[in-house]
Amino acid sequence: MLPELGHFALILALCLCMLLGVLPLVGAAKGDLRFMNLARPLVAGIFVFICLAYVLLTYSFAVDDFSVSYVQQHSNSLLPLRYKLTAVWGGHEGSFLLWTFMLSGWMLTVAFYSRSMPIEFVARVLAVLGLLCVGYLLFLLATSNPFDRTVPLPPADGADLNSALQDFGFIVHPPTLYMGYVGFSVVFAFAMAALLSGRLDAAWARWCRPWANVAWGILTLGIALGSWWAYYELGWGGWWAWDPVENPPLITWLFGTALIHSLAVTEKRGIFKSWTVMLAILAFAGSLLGTFITRSGLLTSVHAFATDPERGIFILGILTLSIGGSLLLYAIRAPLLRGRFGFGILSREMLLLVNNLILVVAAASVFLGTLFPMVYQAITDDLISIGPPYFNAIFVPLMSLLVLVLAIGPISRWKKTSGMYLVKQLGLVAIASVILGVLLPLLLTFEFSLSATLAVALAVWIVLAAMKDVHNKIANKKTIAAGLRSLTFSYYGMQLAHLGVAVIVIGAALTTIYSQEKSVLLGPGERTSLGAYEFEFIGAEAISGQNFRGVEVTIQVYHDGEFFKELHPERRLYIASGTPSTEMAIDAGFLRDLFVTLGEERGNDAWSMTIYVKPFVRWVWLGALMMLFAGFISAADRRYRRVAKVESTSSYMQEGDKNNSALVGEAN
Amino acid sequence: MNRLMAFLPVAAFLILAVVMWRGLYLDSKELPSMLIDKPMPAFELTTVDDVSVNNELLPKEPFLLNVWGSYCLPCLVEHPTFMRLKESGEIPIVGVNYRDQQQLALNWLEDNGNPFEFSILDESGRFGIDLGVYGAPETYLVDSNGVIRYRHVSVLDEQVWREVFEPAIAELRSEEAAR
Amino acid sequence: MKPHRRKRLGIILFIAFGLSVAVGLTLYALSQNINMFFTPTQVAEGEVPDGQHFRIGGMVKDGSIVREDGTLSVNFVTTDFASEVPIHYVGILPDLFREGQGIVAEGIVDDRGVFQASKVLAKHDENYMSPEVKAALDASGASAENHMSLGEGGGR
Repeated sequence: MLPELGHFALILALCLCMLLGVLPLVGAAKGDLRFMNLARPLVAGIFVFICLAYVLLTYSFAVDDFSVSYVQQHSNSLLPLRYKLTAVWGGHEGSFLLWTFMLSGWMLTVAFYSRSMPIEFVARVLAVLGLLCVGYLLFLLATSNPFDRTVPLPPADGADLNSALQDFGFIVHPPTLYMGYVGFSVVFAFAMAALLSGRLDAAWARWCRPWANVAWGILTLGIALGSWWAYYELGWGGWWAWDPVENPPLITWLFGTALIHSLAVTEKRGIFKSWTVMLAILAFAGSLLGTFITRSGLLTSVHAFATDPERGIFILGILTLSIGGSLLLYAIRAPLLRGRFGFGILSREMLLLVNNLILVVAAASVFLGTLFPMVYQAITDDLISIGPPYFNAIFVPLMSLLVLVLAIGPISRWKKTSGMYLVKQLGLVAIASVILGVLLPLLLTFEFSLSATLAVALAVWIVLAAMKDVHNKIANKKTIAAGLRSLTFSYYGMQLAHLGVAVIVIGAALTTIYSQEKSVLLGPGERTSLGAYEFEFIGAEAISGQNFRGVEVTIQVYHDGEFFKELHPERRLYIASGTPSTEMAIDAGFLRDLFVTLGEERGNDAWSMTIYVKPFVRWVWLGALMMLFAGFISAADRRYRRVAKVESTSSYMQEGDKNNSALVGEAN
Repeated sequence: MNRLMAFLPVAAFLILAVVMWRGLYLDSKELPSMLIDKPMPAFELTTVDDVSVNNELLPKEPFLLNVWGSYCLPCLVEHPTFMRLKESGEIPIVGVNYRDQQQLALNWLEDNGNPFEFSILDESGRFGIDLGVYGAPETYLVDSNGVIRYRHVSVLDEQVWREVFEPAIAELRSEEAAR
Repeated sequence: MKPHRRKRLGIILFIAFGLSVAVGLTLYALSQNINMFFTPTQVAEGEVPDGQHFRIGGMVKDGSIVREDGTLSVNFVTTDFASEVPIHYVGILPDLFREGQGIVAEGIVDDRGVFQASKVLAKHDENYMSPEVKAALDASGASAENHMSLGEGGGR
């Protein structure tokens, strides 16, 4: 009975969403407050029903209700409880329910934290989100109902959760990534509401920014968690593979990063308006594209036989309606948005424009590399793949350029900055960066490497320029503490995110340049050395867990001849599904990871294994963590909570610029 | 001019949407296509009831070759269709019990009913590999000369039967009658 | 021309220049990194130009896996049931590598006609419902993300 109740809750939510998608819009168009005021209660109702459906599906997993075919396919009575509860998103149907649940959660948050915005605007935002939710719920109910029962007879046990997913990374990565992805729907809805109302001004940008920053921070974390999971679970020693399913989140992130910068310009200077809206659409399109690619099998699955492309068609339909529709609206409304073109060749606006261009080019080239094989096949019928070298060749120079500009941005001035000023401010910083860039890698390895020098120099460049900027800002305050207190949260958020970039640059570059790996076959008592470490194979023994059997190997690690620690990589065989899986052994460290993956037994108790020493790899995720906090800190800025004086029609369209002039003077 | 430019993104997106729509139907061919229009591989095996079988014992008329296993849940979904076909005698069905255990297979037939003329026992999966099986369930349409004419991967329910197999079998029969 | 117009034109030209350089470099990088895919039959029929780096896909032929003792060398044969291509690989094979499994290998054919693989990927297949991987059934969405890459584990 309970699964049917879940199904029914989804249908009710769909009905409410349909009302939400229409009534507040009508209300906003006619200026009818009663209809507009319906938006918030409707959102609450939608959230309650979708939440109920989600909880009921989780409950079906918890009590092993294998009559529900989705549960049967993704769970097993032997599965540990934590995976039963999270196996909800172990497959297509449940993960899409999670996606929709996340959307309803974001909608509820918007309904709550939108007191400072005029009701017409809130009504439009929520209605746009409601329309999206209609699409998602229709998709769930029509093609991917997670509550379907198995007919004719309930099977005795489930097929088990894919063994590769039985891991902590699976518990945290999908929800975080989805939350970030779906967060950009909110920004998208803000942009649509702005286009619908014609109100796109500094106030709009100020409402929008905290949402964009938070969504961006969470998406950053989601991507980083995915990368971290892939790193320790896949066992090839890398943290990014340019895989077709990894790329869409990155594309969204790049557009999102461009968006949060462009929003800053729109807020401070009242320009880049239509460009900001375009970026909001693109970031949202990136998130939908991500779902489309993973769910339709467009790029990943092996279609040796015609599987039912119904789902793909359906998502493509949602994609076309929402993105095509929004672009059409953009085409009609955006030309009316005009900002004054008042900035010089050297100004903060210009630097942010360069930032946007670089990010958009990067996103476009990742997109091209991801979809090109499909386009190529559609035209020539030949199968090709695009290797990581393509992405690296594009990405490394673009990001280097971006980092170069990044440090100048905060220190430069709006409207016009003189070159001399910048040289005076950053000349010493530049020299120091080059010197440290040469010295630090030398101290580390006693070997000169041009790429390491460049990377370290760029990272130092960001850090020193940030310190210089903070120094400038607090120089005329009485005490340092008073100076630091005078800086805004959003300024701290920005600098923290930029420092995060520096940390990622160090991590990404040094781990790529200095990693060592080797595949060996070791018998008991045999040793091999890699870098400053020696690895001795002690032996293998059988182990068993709640739902698997396997072999665990003991390896002793020596550092400079001293015993350092033991590592225990495993090979497991999951009982219910019969799938094998390898568990890496990692000794994680701030400066380096040691990493062993087990291959197979090759006679005489000898095992094949691959050993890695990976310096600074943790820094990649550390930087992402800093960005997560940065997103939240800047969203917590006081000025976003200020209640706007409700100016009825004064700030429509062209007149938006008037407001800006008042804001230009405001510090960050 | 500016107004027209604003429509460029929509146009670009629509082109992309068409490409993606095409992409949904592309065949990625990364796994080999199987033995369509080739004779069934030769085999010398036993049935699940321990009777020796080889190619000679296959029906001398068009028949279905269904790959199944007792572990295979989707097989239960298509099972009623096969039982109905068995009762109505529309077309003979030969089973391939793929990577299963003999006793479990016998129990399964006992519990659910046996729609097969006989089931070839393929515990090792070797025959399945010769056949190019990806996994159960799969169903092949084989003509009276033992040539594989059509292959269906995954569940063969009433809908697939009506929309795919019935027409294919009718065509095959009329083709053979004309010869 | 008014000064702000000139400035505007300057910025537009700058953007156009930057974009065309970026587009040019991107397309160049793309053209340099295209990996073709061939089936064993195409390889046997000599469709692959000599010395080209490419990917090959097929099933691992039953009984063809030969591991060399004391090293990480593996030889096996990949087949599309029409033609066969021998493959040599040094390294650790992915978890799901086994006889009868669909694989994709990346590498180059040597003088003796042996495909020297630099990377071997085992293909998960959503519809592969043999007892071993029936759990992988229908793993798309959240799982596809890692599901797919996991199938491509190992082999680095």
